[in-house]
Amino acid sequence: MADISYREIAHNGLWKNNPALVQLLGLCPLLAVTGSVVNALGLGLATMLVLTASNTAISMIRNHVSEAVKIPAFVMIIASFTTCTELLMQAFTYELYTILGIFIPLIVTNCIILGRAEAFACKNKVAASALDGFMMGSGFGLVLLLIGTIREILGNGTLFANMHLLFGPMAEHWTLHLFGEGYGFLIAVLPPGAFLVAGMLIALKNIIDKRIETRRAAKQAPVTSGSKRVRTTGAIS
Amino acid sequence: MAKLGKSIGFNSVVLGLFALITAAVLASTYLGTKDRIAAAQREVAKRALLEIVPLDRHTNDLLLDTVPIPANYWHTLGIDDDGGEVNIARQGDEPVAVIIPAVAPDGYNGDINLIIGINIDGSLAGVRVVSHHETPGLGDKIDLKKSNWIVGFNGKSLTNPAPELWKVKKDKGAFDQFTGATITPRAVVQQVYKTLKYYNEDRARLLKAARQRPTIHHQASEENDHG
Repeated sequence: MADISYREIAHNGLWKNNPALVQLLGLCPLLAVTGSVVNALGLGLATMLVLTASNTAISMIRNHVSEAVKIPAFVMIIASFTTCTELLMQAFTYELYTILGIFIPLIVTNCIILGRAEAFACKNKVAASALDGFMMGSGFGLVLLLIGTIREILGNGTLFANMHLLFGPMAEHWTLHLFGEGYGFLIAVLPPGAFLVAGMLIALKNIIDKRIETRRAAKQAPVTSGSKRVRTTGAIS
Repeated sequence: MAKLGKSIGFNSVVLGLFALITAAVLASTYLGTKDRIAAAQREVAKRALLEIVPLDRHTNDLLLDTVPIPANYWHTLGIDDDGGEVNIARQGDEPVAVIIPAVAPDGYNGDINLIIGINIDGSLAGVRVVSHHETPGLGDKIDLKKSNWIVGFNGKSLTNPAPELWKVKKDKGAFDQFTGATITPRAVVQQVYKTLKYYNEDRARLLKAARQRPTIHHQASEENDHG
C-alpha cells in the first residue's frame, strides 16, 4: 500500500475510482447544487479544500492515535476544517455562501471525506495523502463542474452566469447567452435533471472504459489467441 | 483491569487534546473572519434597502436608523420567531419612508422573506424578495433578477387598488400571476397587503418614535467601518 505511485493516486482520484462517478459518494450535494456553474464550482472548491486539509492532518497524526479513538479524532478534524471553510466563504464570498446554504456545513457528512481518511490517509505518508485528498477532491469537483455546466446550458441557456459571486466584480460580464434571452428548459434546472445528467455521465464513463478495454484486448488478442482463460483483471474497490 | 483503566485514561487525554487543538483553530479562524463577515452581511442588507429607497431620496444611514416592531404585530408580519425592526429613511431629520421586514409564510415551498418599503403617505416605495425557495423557472419570477413583476407594487397603497382587489387576477384581483404559478404571487400579494395594513395602524407610533431618535448620518457609519 505504501508504494502506490503519485501517478496512480492521480489516476484513481480523477478517473478510475472517481468519487462521484464510480464510488457514488456525496451524491446529495452533487445533485442539489449543480444548477449552475458558479454553485458547482463553489461547492467543488470547498470540498476539495476540506478533503486535502483533512487528509494531510490525519496522515500527520496517524501514528499517534489508537484504534479506539481514531474515528472521533478524524471527525473532529474534518468538522473543524469544514467550519473554517464555512467561515472563510462567509467572509469572502458571502452571497455564494447564502446560495449554497446548508450544503457547506454538510461537507462534514460527505462520505468521501471520512472514506478517504479511513481508506488512505491513516495508512500513508503525508505527501501521498495530501495528493490523494487533492485528486479525489478534484475528481469530485470536476464532475460537479461538468454537471453544473450541462444543466446551466440546458436549463437556462446561459454559461458562467453570476460568476461575480466567486470572482468579484470583474466577472460581472462573463455570462454567455447561448440561446437568446428568455430560454428555459425547466426539467434540467429541477432535481430530476440532476439525476438524468449524472446518470448520463456515469454511462458515458462506462462506455469509454469499455472502449479502452476492448482496444487493449484487441491488441493482446494475437498473443493470447486460442486460450480460453477467464479474465481476472479489473479492480474491485 | 488496571490496563483497561490506563488505556481509557490515555485515550481521553488524546481526545481532549484534539478538542483543544481544533477549538483553537476554530477560534482563531472565527476571530480572523468575524469583521469581514459582519461587513459582508451589512453590505448585502444595505444593497437591498438602497434598491427600495435610493440614495437621492434619503440622507441618513438606513441600516442603523431603526425602530423596533411591537411584539403584537409580529404575527401579522409573519416574523413570529425573531421579531424585527423598521428601517427609517430620512431627508435631513424628517422621515420620508419606512422599510419593513415581512415573511409570506404560504409560498409554494415555505417562507418568502420580503422587505417592503412604504412612503410616509402610505404608498409603496418598493418591495423586494430577500430570500425564497420557490420553484426555479416558475415561482422565482418574484425575484427581480428573473422578472420585474415585483416592481408592479410601486406606488400602490391600501386604497389603490381597492381592498377587495388586493388579489391575483385568478382570484378576481388586480395583480398578475405568472403562467404556471399562482400560489407564489398570491402569497406575496397577501403579505404586502397585510404589511400596508400594519403600517396604517402603527404609523403614528412609528413616526413619533423615529422623530424622537437622533438622526444617524452616513458619515457616522463610515467612521464606524474604519474602527
